[in-house]
Amino acid sequence: MFDLDRWIEIFQTLSKNKLRTALSGFTIAFAILLFTLLFGVGNGLKHTFEEQFSGDAQNSVYINSGRTTKPYKGLQSGRRIQFRNSDIKFINDKFEDKIQYFSPNIQRFNVRATYKGEQNSYTIRGVYPDYQPLESAVMQDGRFISVLDLKRKSKVIAIGRMVEKDLFGNKNAFGKNITLDGISYKVIGVFSDPGGDRDERFIYAPFTTVQGMYRDNDELDYFGFTYNPSLSVDKSLAFTNLLTKLLKEKHKVAPKDQRAIRVRNYAEGTKNVQQFMMVLNIIILFIGIGTLIAGIIGISNIMVFIVKERSKEIGIRKALGATPKSIISMIMLESIFVTAIAGYAGLMLGVFTLKALGDSLEKYFILNPSVENYVVVGATIILIIAGTIAGYVPAKRAASIKPIIALNDE
Amino acid sequence: MIKLHNLHKSYPIGKDSLHVLKGLDLHIREGEFVSIMGSSGSGKSTLLNIVGLLDTHDSGDYFLNGQRIENLNEKKAAILRNKFLGFVFQSFNLINYKNALENVALPLYYKGIGRKERQVTALQYLEKVGLKERAYHLPSELSGGEKQRVAIARALVTNPKVVLADEPTGALDSTTSHSVMELLKEINREGMTVFVITHEEDIAEETDRIVRLRDGVIISDKRVIKKAIV
Repeated sequence: MFDLDRWIEIFQTLSKNKLRTALSGFTIAFAILLFTLLFGVGNGLKHTFEEQFSGDAQNSVYINSGRTTKPYKGLQSGRRIQFRNSDIKFINDKFEDKIQYFSPNIQRFNVRATYKGEQNSYTIRGVYPDYQPLESAVMQDGRFISVLDLKRKSKVIAIGRMVEKDLFGNKNAFGKNITLDGISYKVIGVFSDPGGDRDERFIYAPFTTVQGMYRDNDELDYFGFTYNPSLSVDKSLAFTNLLTKLLKEKHKVAPKDQRAIRVRNYAEGTKNVQQFMMVLNIIILFIGIGTLIAGIIGISNIMVFIVKERSKEIGIRKALGATPKSIISMIMLESIFVTAIAGYAGLMLGVFTLKALGDSLEKYFILNPSVENYVVVGATIILIIAGTIAGYVPAKRAASIKPIIALNDE
Repeated sequence: MIKLHNLHKSYPIGKDSLHVLKGLDLHIREGEFVSIMGSSGSGKSTLLNIVGLLDTHDSGDYFLNGQRIENLNEKKAAILRNKFLGFVFQSFNLINYKNALENVALPLYYKGIGRKERQVTALQYLEKVGLKERAYHLPSELSGGEKQRVAIARALVTNPKVVLADEPTGALDSTTSHSVMELLKEINREGMTVFVITHEEDIAEETDRIVRLRDGVIISDKRVIKKAIV
């Protein structure tokens, strides 16, 4: 199939018609370059959003309590709603199949932590082991709170990366003892959190330990859980609405009372973000396809022009014995060759530009602009196919006209 | 070599059709040097296009080298052109971005001959037309006469049966015209059938046989009596 003579012929034609080659090459390269840059910047915007919303698990739900604002069933408004251990069992019994990770939480603010003269104030949270995936915390050292710690009410803590940095400098906190409000706790793990520095200044202890230490009864502050990821956003919202309703009934809260029991489903935010992303995606896709179409039309025009310009030459070639097939293959191979090389050049230029930009546009909400390989390769292939078709149609017509007409065409 | 019998050709013009060739009978034997004379509109170019397989006839018979020409598709016509026919055009029709040697070698490329052999053969023919030292010049660097010589070398390079020349001197001054005609004569003396179309009397006089065409019919077909040569 490979015919050296044919390629020599093509290289000669291309190199002897530099302007024509450069023009068609530029169209293609420019279209691919624009496409790549657009997609890259669009992806950069997307990355920013993903980053902003990756602090907690995407399917997480938090339930807080407050004071009632409406009188209900003979009870006055202004009554404080207090979650208790019985609520843990209530929720888990009712919704076991819908819940993935679950943890009650007791928070204590401004707890003084000291280690060998270094001291600082932190928020301590009493949690279940499941709280780790809820916060999307990643263990750097050691482990998180375990079920055994809960049972034994162990005096152990998992600390955030920033706590370690504050109190231990560059040293390792793992296995050391920290004093919290005068009581010594052993550091069993150090975690990092994609939510950032603030989330890395928490100290986690077993729920039972904190409850025993800071509450003398079965009170707790709030619940956090993630719903089964197989639930759709709408189903998860229905589930949390039902949960809210049942909890309100249990605590004798008016159904319309928005303050006494607050359920925050991240799915709502996620849903908005997802919709926004979808619109963004559609816009990017639209512009991208538009750019591609512009490129395709450009190369089609150029090919029509090239064939028109060369119709006399084609006539000469035919008079000298060129078959229609050889004419078509000559023009098409030229077209494919130029589009492939120029397309690749545009692609590389685009990718390198995006690489060079890097995170320098972060303040414009464009983070790590980049393009998936399959997108650009796909776009280049589409352009090459378009170039082929664009070359084929006029080439076919040129090859089928009578050489005498082509020859007379001045 | 070329045998035409009752050849008709008409072109559609709108709803009507223009009857250009009205039943031509012509027989050109191998080795002849024939000119077709006629004013513009007489049908001489149409005749050459049909003989040169650049166009098709409507009815009648056409035998080229004993082979009946009918229902030719583009591919077959291209192969026959390449094998049997060499063209010389009024406007030279050289490919402007190829040098003289490459232009001459082009028919050999379509004949499927290897690169080295193409170069050697093409150079041989350029030498034959006296342009060996201009082989690597582009057409734009050649004079009209030189261009036409390159075109003649290109027409000859595949060693065809017939050389068809359409007003080969139409774009040349009289001196160059004469030398081009001398070249064609020389080719003819070597045994090539040469078929010239012209409207110039003195060009036709240099051939061996003049066929006059008017309004699509042959009005005379005479041998030229060479006065000077005895």
